[in-house]
Amino acid sequence: MDHGHLHIDRMTGVVDPASRDAFPPENPCEGEMAISVYIPTPFRKLTGNRQNVEAEGKDVGEVLANVDKQFPGFHHLVFGSGTEVPAHINIYVNKQEISSLDGVKTAVKDGDEVAVIPSMAGGSGDEPPRKRIGALTGEQVDRYSRHIIMPQVGPSGQRKIMESSILIIGAGGLGSPIAVYLALAGIGKIGIVDFDTVDLSNLQRQILHQNDDVGKLKAVSAKETINAYNPDVEVVVHGVPITSDNSMEIIAQYDYIINGADNFAARYLVNDTCHFLQKPLIDGSILLFDGQVTVYLPGQGCYRCLYPAPPPPGMVPSCAEAGVLGALCGTVGTIQATEVLKLILGVGDSLHGRLLLYDALAMEFRQVRIRKDPNCVLCGANPTVTALIDYDAFCGGAFGHTNEEEQKAADAAKAIREQAKV
Amino acid sequence: MGVEVKVTSVLQKLTGAKVVHGDGGTVADLLVDLDGKFPGFKNQIMQEGSLHRFVNIYLNDEDIRYLEQLNTKLKDGDTISILPALAGGSGETTNYKPRTAN
Repeated sequence: MDHGHLHIDRMTGVVDPASRDAFPPENPCEGEMAISVYIPTPFRKLTGNRQNVEAEGKDVGEVLANVDKQFPGFHHLVFGSGTEVPAHINIYVNKQEISSLDGVKTAVKDGDEVAVIPSMAGGSGDEPPRKRIGALTGEQVDRYSRHIIMPQVGPSGQRKIMESSILIIGAGGLGSPIAVYLALAGIGKIGIVDFDTVDLSNLQRQILHQNDDVGKLKAVSAKETINAYNPDVEVVVHGVPITSDNSMEIIAQYDYIINGADNFAARYLVNDTCHFLQKPLIDGSILLFDGQVTVYLPGQGCYRCLYPAPPPPGMVPSCAEAGVLGALCGTVGTIQATEVLKLILGVGDSLHGRLLLYDALAMEFRQVRIRKDPNCVLCGANPTVTALIDYDAFCGGAFGHTNEEEQKAADAAKAIREQAKV
Repeated sequence: MGVEVKVTSVLQKLTGAKVVHGDGGTVADLLVDLDGKFPGFKNQIMQEGSLHRFVNIYLNDEDIRYLEQLNTKLKDGDTISILPALAGGSGETTNYKPRTAN
């Protein structure tokens, strides 16, 4: 990875002091009334690949806040959800580390240079710390032999799979087959976002969970199932609702994001976060007998290009209200898993630019073209959504359950039980 | 012969079938025809004369937003697909519980 002129030991994360003299690069706009901020390679996705940006502020904290204003998400990448500079990030003012000065309160003046240097071993900042897989063990060669024997995979492809990290949003109908097949494939790290607990009604389709798991946190049940299939997989449990406050921090930790969310608010939130962090998003959704799957690659269109706004509450029913054929989850989820494995291996034609439609009743697959919308409010030429928003409000209170709604859901459940008795 | 119209399971409640046939020189005309056959059809996908922004209509495999929108011309043998966004990932209790449509 290019770290500019700075030499960072990939194993220890130690910055070679001799390289600091050559760094940060001289400000090409020296003399102008601003502070130059050096952006490290892994954060440059946010700055349109610019190595240096101009910012204003009286101290380091203000300067970084100003950079965040210009490039939303920057603060999250540097600070995570906290306010302290994390241990793996060093910040320099004119080549001097700020912890030896006044920390984020270190005063700066026009013409100064601020450099943000993540010094994590084997990668840095928002980049997931990459697993390095050496030669496969005999057991691994056995386990993955049906992959390795294929010329499109081979030992190097299998190593790529084992070095990859994947975040699955939702350990439900879609998340289940996705997680199981990716675990079997030997993905290095799988993150599971789900704050819900296993309910008996989940077991009609959610193959991550079994009878004994009812009542358990889904993300924990998922971890147990995944590791029962393949103990080599590192599973990270994110047992909290994904929100505008934590999505940047969570999503930044993974190479690929797979969406199996069950509501529009989470879908727009995940889409927007993936756009800001330039993460590939493998999207799937299901209802009744229908499925839709596609892939959004960074800079090449997004969910908002396809569906600029969510339906008003009530227009499109949820699976809980309308139902879903259990096996449909397997069809759509395994397509999502297939797409991510293709991206990792760099083989085939991804679903990018195509929306795959599956109609289980007709038993028919079709596809339609999807395009990057030049007027997209998020990824178009003149974006108006430049930071994460309030997705509950955007989706008409999608997360907010009123008493009336809770009552209706309870009535529906009661009606189902009554029907079943007859 | 007319135009073949494919709808998702949600709209099937109105049309009774997932593939129906309609007539019209343009997409707008076709929707009028369908609304005549299946009262309430237009209300499900349109509001104040425009398509809902969570509904896409495709002529064959192309989004009519990138053709001539509702004025996109149709000919016999064309296939129209009407696709609303789906949110389901098939959780259960995390599903939002929307107000029932009136």
